[in-house]
Amino acid sequence: MAHNENCRQLLGSLSEYVDGTAEESICADIERHLADCNNCRVVVDTLRRTVYLVRSTRPEETVMPAEVRDRLYKVLNLEDYLNSGG
Amino acid sequence: MSQNGSKPPPISLEALKAGDKAQFALLVEQNSNQIYRLALRILGNEQDAEDVLQETFIKAFRHIQDFDGRSRLSTWLYRIATNEALMLLRKRKPDTLSVDDTTETDDGELTEPVQIVDWAQLPEDELLSSETLAYVDQAIEALPERLKITFILREVEGLSTLEAAEVLNISEAALKTRLSRARLQLRESLTEYFEGRFEGKVYGT
Repeated sequence: MAHNENCRQLLGSLSEYVDGTAEESICADIERHLADCNNCRVVVDTLRRTVYLVRSTRPEETVMPAEVRDRLYKVLNLEDYLNSGG
Repeated sequence: MSQNGSKPPPISLEALKAGDKAQFALLVEQNSNQIYRLALRILGNEQDAEDVLQETFIKAFRHIQDFDGRSRLSTWLYRIATNEALMLLRKRKPDTLSVDDTTETDDGELTEPVQIVDWAQLPEDELLSSETLAYVDQAIEALPERLKITFILREVEGLSTLEAAEVLNISEAALKTRLSRARLQLRESLTEYFEGRFEGKVYGT
């Protein structure tokens, strides 16, 4: 029971922990806990992978279609500048 | 204007405020793609994204005098766009809250991890399959509105904690809490997704 309470308390800090931005004392607490809590270790590992996976989806970046850009410049009365950009 | 490595020309706020059209065109050129992408991510619909894009720059043009220069222009544009997108969402679903709404309905206890499956051990190629990455997109899409927007600003658009907090008009601490929730929730969805691949091989009891 006390064990579960620890897991819950640390949960809110795990996101910063995987980013390496958690305070030192919190990191120490987390690491002490992880040493004997397998469940939390799995949560940390999979959370880290989650962040990694999300960052891996980025390459297919959406680019605004040319017609959308044309219409935007028209609406803003900026047609004269339509061809100035890349 | 070259896009190949050279820095974009700086925008003069003074000229913008004086109504310089060329400067405004530059502002549009440098920011429209990100604004469109953000709107598309939040709204999931191209027509709505285009409406938000146009409305964002119309408002920016109209209200440039109100911009105080404390944040970056891009942050200010993100803020207008996010509010516009939320307004559209609210029209669709009347229960959506404004980003300015500071009542934290989501600061109860964090959802505890339910799924403990060690899919972190999966080999890289399986982890990064196109099917998995498509699922990641869906899982982001399925996050509750405010978590989703926080997540998109921070993780997809790559804004800093401070910038994302400014866009949403919340404290940095609140931003971090939302990001943490969003990530834990995504972890949960991904665990469900990967669970099948372990065929009952559940770790940690």
